[in-house]
Amino acid sequence: MKYLPLVLANLGRHKRRTVLTIASVALALFLFASLRTVVTTLDRAAQFGSARRLVMTNATGFILPLPLSYGNRLSAAKGVSNVTWANWFGGKYADNQRFFAQFAVDPESYLEMYPEIVMPEDQKQAFFRERSSAIVGRRLLDLFGWKVGQDVTLQGTIFPGDWTFTIRGVYTPSDPVINDDMMLFHHEYLEERTGRPGIAGWYILEIDDADNAAPIAKTLDDQFRNSSAPTKTGTEQAFNASFATMWGNVSLLMGTIGMAVVFAILLVTANAMMMSARERTGEVAVLKTIGFGDRTLFGLVMLEAGVIALTGALLGLGGAKLLYKASNFNAGGFLPGFDVTGTTLLLGGAVALILMLASGLVPAVRAARLPVVQALRRVE
Amino acid sequence: MKIPLSYNARSLLQRPVSTALTALGIALVVAVFIGMLALANGFRSALIRTGSDQNIMVLRRGADSEMSSSMDRQAVSILASSPHVAAAGDGRPLVSPELYVVIPLPRKGFDTTGMANVVVRGVSPAVWSVRSNIRIVDGRRPESGKSEICVGEKMASRFDHTGVGESLRFAGRDWSVVCRFTTGGSAFESEIWGENEQLLPVFRRDAFQSVTFRLKDPGAFEEAKRTLEADKRLTVDVYREADFYARQSELLGRILQILAILITGIMALGAVFGAINTMYAAVAARSPEIAVLLTLGFHPRSVLASFLAESALIALVGGVIGALLALPVNGMVTSTTNWASFSEIAFSFRITPGLLLAGLVFALVMGIVGGFFPARRAAKQPVVQALR
Repeated sequence: MKYLPLVLANLGRHKRRTVLTIASVALALFLFASLRTVVTTLDRAAQFGSARRLVMTNATGFILPLPLSYGNRLSAAKGVSNVTWANWFGGKYADNQRFFAQFAVDPESYLEMYPEIVMPEDQKQAFFRERSSAIVGRRLLDLFGWKVGQDVTLQGTIFPGDWTFTIRGVYTPSDPVINDDMMLFHHEYLEERTGRPGIAGWYILEIDDADNAAPIAKTLDDQFRNSSAPTKTGTEQAFNASFATMWGNVSLLMGTIGMAVVFAILLVTANAMMMSARERTGEVAVLKTIGFGDRTLFGLVMLEAGVIALTGALLGLGGAKLLYKASNFNAGGFLPGFDVTGTTLLLGGAVALILMLASGLVPAVRAARLPVVQALRRVE
Repeated sequence: MKIPLSYNARSLLQRPVSTALTALGIALVVAVFIGMLALANGFRSALIRTGSDQNIMVLRRGADSEMSSSMDRQAVSILASSPHVAAAGDGRPLVSPELYVVIPLPRKGFDTTGMANVVVRGVSPAVWSVRSNIRIVDGRRPESGKSEICVGEKMASRFDHTGVGESLRFAGRDWSVVCRFTTGGSAFESEIWGENEQLLPVFRRDAFQSVTFRLKDPGAFEEAKRTLEADKRLTVDVYREADFYARQSELLGRILQILAILITGIMALGAVFGAINTMYAAVAARSPEIAVLLTLGFHPRSVLASFLAESALIALVGGVIGALLALPVNGMVTSTTNWASFSEIAFSFRITPGLLLAGLVFALVMGIVGGFFPARRAAKQPVVQALR
């Protein structure tokens, strides 16, 4: 450590080069962290789901509806303690500048099913009482500058016409994986306005014992097999996982780009290190003459590479973590809970270490092996 | 007077490692740039090619996708008898009222957990003439009245039981696959087609999702749109088929493009920093040389141009390598979800000559930006000091 001032002085000689190299390392690790966070966020969404919640959809295709009459039969089923249902609404607001999801739900049972959707008790009661009311996520409220009590009109695409809802509550999810930009309103209101077709998009069931998920799902599916709408029941986690795979092979894409980024910056850093080493050949020879050992010189060059890589890593990784946190980024609702994880930071640190080794090794070995006499002759 | 380019080329060869590292850095950036835009490009063109300019697509008013639309039989017959519909040789209208549903199918291969949402499209027997770009490459057209289906070209490699002669089970029934069709890489190639009257009852539907018909006079689109949308018996939106599908690609296409530009932009910045370093080092190492050039009477402007050219040359070499690195992804098939319909579509990476050119221009820009300040330093060098 006593050599640190020497290393810093060396770095300070070509300030511009040092700054540019650190900046490119920082940019690379910023990209690395961002790309990996896309993957970890999708993974988290894929793994989200209570083990005690099952999702039941139409076996023929998840966009096809199920009869609302299934609700009673499901509630009566053995091992099922709570049942709720929801429908995708697919409305547009203000020319659809910002897409957000709207669901028609059965308010009491839905909020009981999802304790993760947190809101003040009085707002909850107000929502329950009023059939044409809705609740929205905090982000959505802020995004459009809505206020509680305000009327909001959506244009239906699946259910045509103008739909006006009164915002009676604002929720904040206790788990970041749950979108904080949804709108929930009364399923009963949808039924009423569409002439009571008696349909639900899907059912969500809470079961007593998570271990019984498979047999319960099978019993229920068997029960509806020969009815007009056969069902497919699975854990909430499996349902979310299948949704996450719909993006395609994101991890391969992000991984490939990440590798290319890291490798490109490796080249830049290695080049910079080699240039500064070449310029200092004479100096190294002088250091050797006055008694610096080969090993010390090796260490000095490596330390220099290390300072560059680690400073870059600190800026890039720290920058990514803070930026996404501060801006509350969620990719327009597609990646809720976008947050650089600890593992990503650790991996980024490891990448920086590799960067240091790979870029410092050649110049460091060269410095250590430098024949003094020859080098000194070249100086003059 | 200009300094010959061969001077720069020789200088570059004087420091091969540094040149190669810088060029490779730029090459990687260009490769990612071309690769990502090829992805966006492939997705867009798959959807854009899906429609034809000669066809009109009619959906229920306000519906923004086939998924959310619904057209009853009465509307279908009104449309079919419209004077704007072209007729086949036998006098029948070239119209295809279509059912559009999405079914889950297990993906083939290792990833058995992945269920893909595949489009099943119920078409009328006239569809093969309505959509003239459809070509059956294997087998024969499904016969009317039978449980027969035709699958898109991109299905066969990704899903089991989709080969001609095999039988695929969905919606509680077995369907025999009697043909395979191509449509020049469009999104239709990720779909399963069967006769609408066969599919309606098994999906328990009593309405279609959309109606597509061939326009009698291709120039009369505006007029047809006006009359149909004004028809009191209908509440519909009328699109050119090509426009409709192009619109479906907008959201994801834009996301991919923004992502490509953002990622490669940040990468490019890093590479430019590298180029600046290299060029400054080159200028510093060659300051006596530059002084000689200036003493010989070369104008500082020529020196500036010469060093800019040198930097651009490195970048151009990098750009060419990058383009070559990216080329193998061309034609590679990948899939994603068309979020407008929640269905999976397969498409190929598409590298066009224009894209390659853009990659090279991108490389040149990086080189020139990276070389500018070092080149200016070279041109402004005080001669006497450097020569001493």
